Amino acid sequence: MKILVCISSVPDTTSKINFTADKSAFDKNGIQWVINPLDEFALTKAIKLQESQGATVTVINVGDAVTEPVIRKALAIGANDAVRVNLDPKDSYSTAKEIAAVAQNGGYDLILCGKESIDYNGGSVPGMVAQLLNQPFVNASVGLDVNGSEATAVREIEGGKETISVKLPAVIAGQKGLVDEKDLIIPNMRGIMSARTKPLQVVEPTSSDVKVQGVSYDSVPPRAAVKLVSPDNLDELVRLLHEEAKVI
Amino acid sequence: MAVFVYAENINGVYKKAAFEAVSYAKAVADQAGETVTAISVNPTDSSDLLYKYGASNVINIKDEGLKSFSAKAYAQAVSEVANGNIIVFPHTTDASSIAPMLAIMNGHSLITNTLAAPESLSPFQVKRKAFSGKGFMHAKSEAPGVILTVSQNAFGVKENVVSGSEEVKNLSVANEDTKVISHEQSSGKLDLKEAEIVVSAGRGLKGPENWGMVEELANVLGAATACSKPVSDIGWRPHTEHVGQTGKAISPNLYIAIGISGAIQHLAGVNSSKTIVVINSDAEAPFFKSADYGVVGDAFQIIPALTEKIKAIRG
Repeated sequence: MKILVCISSVPDTTSKINFTADKSAFDKNGIQWVINPLDEFALTKAIKLQESQGATVTVINVGDAVTEPVIRKALAIGANDAVRVNLDPKDSYSTAKEIAAVAQNGGYDLILCGKESIDYNGGSVPGMVAQLLNQPFVNASVGLDVNGSEATAVREIEGGKETISVKLPAVIAGQKGLVDEKDLIIPNMRGIMSARTKPLQVVEPTSSDVKVQGVSYDSVPPRAAVKLVSPDNLDELVRLLHEEAKVI
Repeated sequence: MAVFVYAENINGVYKKAAFEAVSYAKAVADQAGETVTAISVNPTDSSDLLYKYGASNVINIKDEGLKSFSAKAYAQAVSEVANGNIIVFPHTTDASSIAPMLAIMNGHSLITNTLAAPESLSPFQVKRKAFSGKGFMHAKSEAPGVILTVSQNAFGVKENVVSGSEEVKNLSVANEDTKVISHEQSSGKLDLKEAEIVVSAGRGLKGPENWGMVEELANVLGAATACSKPVSDIGWRPHTEHVGQTGKAISPNLYIAIGISGAIQHLAGVNSSKTIVVINSDAEAPFFKSADYGVVGDAFQIIPALTEKIKAIRG
């Protein structure tokens, strides 16, 4: 079985988000880059399938050379090889198109992704890849088993969950729960050393089509100073919520 | 031309997110001088509920094959009836699974997590959530058609009664690649993303056995319950309740955080809440900087007392 895992390189979750002075772009100064945490759930799931079913795991990233340390980390976690499409991604559509172009000829049985990236939060790439490849798509997966040419995925729905059987090849987008947090793999020295020699193929993009542009960015405005209420005067808190904030 | 909107139902019953999406679509349609056509798959609820928020036409897709959900088959069905250049979806799990597939089918652009009515229609420009709630992006599209997903609780549900008409479309879309084996809906539990009030707790609660008081407060307020990441990681609460950057992003009217220090990753998921109350014994907890109201003190005394006081005024 061949698995393709899509990973995005995103600012570390502790990053303060700043924009350039003219607000036209995200300010990358001083940012540490990590594998998108939701993609990490997908990658770990793929490595588990590699261990249990002998699958081969290829990671793909659409990004410029700056993303290579993040790709190497995915290789250190256990992916067999990697592809980087040499394009600084501008929107979900262009990213999805490049992934689909690579996947088209790869004969992958399963494409795994995180359901969204924690930077631009488009949540659009997995579904677009599925449609571009004309494959079924299961979003927000919190469980996955593979049995021959079929997978069983559990997806989270509002107020519940649904178990679905899916014919492979398919695209599955995962989230927290696809694997347990404690099962996420921290690369060991052996993994880090072997990652250096694993194949990382760089391919050029097929086009530069973009459908959505980020024209400007704003930070979240700060809240007014907190109003502290004494624990002995909860009537005041109830009054504030009722009369001032009008939320109860 | 019409502005289309996907009115999501669950077991035939319209969701609050559907009413919000229709309200949003009505604002877009008013801007464009057009009308709203709502699309729903196998609803049992009355279309009157959609006229109330501004849908002049309702297309009810009847299709036995769509009794169970498949992103691809639903996208195909919507694509067969929505021939406008603006299609609005709520940003729910189902809708945000359908929208990207539909965007590719129709050659439309897709802008997700929108927060307000468009800033401009030509070129299309709208404000959306980005960086997990740590920032906003003004997104522009010059494509002839655009699909939007509206961030839940951002625009709000707005009554705007119109007289409407209903049309039934019988389809039979192929739905062969996926099959729903089982469907579990926890009954009576308020959906976290739709909830207007959320009561959330963190490690300050010391153990899962203490969640009873959180649930009781939530009950009295008609709120959903949530938790911080460490709490779901230790297994005190299910991961479905984790709110934050890698969990769920929520924007209720009132968010009450109990015993949560307010790490940047937690704030990312909740700081679009309209009002934030923080209850923590540590006066230095960073969360107080992002709160509207705060109480420094022992949650084990404050929560039961607060619950009684709210019960009294709601009495």
